[in-house]
Amino acid sequence: MTSNNALIPSIYHVKDNKKESHDVYTLTLTPTDNKPVSFKPGQFNMLYAFGVGESAISISSNPHNPLHLQHTIRRVGSVTHNLERLKVGDPVGVRGPFGTGWPLEASKGKSILIMGGGIGIAPLRSLIYALIERRQDYLDIDVVYSARKMGDLIFQDDFAAWQSQINLQVIIDHAPIIPDIIADPKDTVVMMCGPEAMMRFCYYALKENNFLPEQIYLTLERNMQCAVGQCGHCQWGPFFICKDGPVMDFKTIAPYFAKYEL
Amino acid sequence: MEEYHKVGKFLAKDLNVLFSLLHNKGYTLIGPKLDGKCITYDEIRTLSDLPQGWSDFQEKGTYRLQKREDNAYFGYNIGSRSFKHFLFPPREKIFTIENGHVQTLSLGSLPKLALIGVRSCELHAIQIQDKVFMSEPYIDVNYQQRRKNALIVSLNCHTAAKTCFCVSMNTGPEVSKGYDLNLSEILTDTEHYFICETGSEKGSALFDHLPTEKLEANDHERKQNMIEHTAQQMGRQLDTTDIKEKLYNAHNHPHWNDVAQRCLNCSNCALACPTCFCSRDEDVSDLSQQTSVRTKVWDTCFSQDYSLVHGASVRESSKSRYRQWLTHKLGSWHDQFDTSGCVGCGRCITWCPVGIDITEEFKEVTS
Repeated sequence: MTSNNALIPSIYHVKDNKKESHDVYTLTLTPTDNKPVSFKPGQFNMLYAFGVGESAISISSNPHNPLHLQHTIRRVGSVTHNLERLKVGDPVGVRGPFGTGWPLEASKGKSILIMGGGIGIAPLRSLIYALIERRQDYLDIDVVYSARKMGDLIFQDDFAAWQSQINLQVIIDHAPIIPDIIADPKDTVVMMCGPEAMMRFCYYALKENNFLPEQIYLTLERNMQCAVGQCGHCQWGPFFICKDGPVMDFKTIAPYFAKYEL
Repeated sequence: MEEYHKVGKFLAKDLNVLFSLLHNKGYTLIGPKLDGKCITYDEIRTLSDLPQGWSDFQEKGTYRLQKREDNAYFGYNIGSRSFKHFLFPPREKIFTIENGHVQTLSLGSLPKLALIGVRSCELHAIQIQDKVFMSEPYIDVNYQQRRKNALIVSLNCHTAAKTCFCVSMNTGPEVSKGYDLNLSEILTDTEHYFICETGSEKGSALFDHLPTEKLEANDHERKQNMIEHTAQQMGRQLDTTDIKEKLYNAHNHPHWNDVAQRCLNCSNCALACPTCFCSRDEDVSDLSQQTSVRTKVWDTCFSQDYSLVHGASVRESSKSRYRQWLTHKLGSWHDQFDTSGCVGCGRCITWCPVGIDITEEFKEVTS
């Protein structure tokens, strides 16, 4: 990270603020010192709206283009409301990147099945770009993106570029059910991101199709404040979601997923 | 034995010599002090600030001062607050951002503290917090500086409270390592003195300026007897065999409902606990958002919005929050930091307004 103290934000500037849907926008940021900060798809930054607070937002841009850092954000509270009003040239605080990334290395030579629900497609976009950059390293790449309504669909401008390299299925359904497209579990790694309920049902469906827990990765979310495992808020059982996650595999987390109010 | 390990004894009144030495070296002394109706840890200057002749009675939801029959300076069981208060302060400004320029806390402005009378359990607690705040790759630089600045004068305990269980947690009563100077206060009918051992170069340098004498044959025996006596007095026990697994399997035990009926989620236990480390960030600014300040403030997993995500708390019920605290303290800490989070100091038992006892609740939920 550009600041050598992980608790202190670096100042970035807004290069672009694009409206994706009625409540989702993408901020494109550049570091003030123009020094690129490398990140892995799946990682997140803490974006700081001055004097208001921070939000943990996954990075949604291509990791091979770090000076063109993007965060796709849904407006849900005071911080994200504040960040939505940023204009080109405005400063914003950035701490990061934090957390674990998608298992790109471990999945080489395999097929990838990506399942994104709603705003969950945002961190997956970074992943999709990373996979496309090294397309020859993977077998089949299938992306299933589901949204509740047409108006919730984002990244439509990227669809054409994606479809030239991977298989894309877009489903509009208020309660999307796993399509019959579920691939052969052999040599396949699943990476999913979406509401926890969606990921739970996807897991059951995958299990029925003979996928093993260690083949399935998802990304978890909890209250994040320090993002360095010292404030305690993101704890889930023994895990700090900011350090041990957000990307985790099902084999590791299965015993905890079943515990209510953990 | 380390090169700097020395041992000797000095008269009780000569503790003031040590205090002066520390003052001259620029230390602010933090030690036990009577504060209204309890013994707390606060700034002290001389021997006369110490709670001489006082002890304390502690039980579930109970704290009372008690007069001792002798004039021991450190004859109390354990202070109401812990030394965490000084190494990890309840409020700390992290940064100020003014017109895009970030200003952090000046490390040079952090105080040099000499912690006086640190018990073995408290010393363990400090070392446990070191793991939280000073493990790579994320080191809390403010904590690290306070820690570097600190000098520790520990003390072997005279007595154990009914709420103590350091023996079960393997954290006492005898001080083992991590101190600069370690004292044992010995009182007989005719004598009152401190046995003093050095544990570091800093301690050794101070020792050389103290009016010490060599130990005599019975000094070592008196010290060991005192420690043995304290170990026998432990008020409570906790069986730590397979503790992590037992707690992980206890998630659905019906007894949690019982605790939930009593626990107020007031957080006294977490605030009094010397190892609890949770915090939250308070961000404020002026209306123009040109100047913004972040302050790190103590928080606890008992607070209603602690686990707030997407507009709702994951741990909504009082039951789930008490369960989180106990399971974490005695169980998950092992997976996270390779140590228990509990040092058996018993503060949570004393300061719980409804008298919930961690050792009792643990037994019930793992039965």
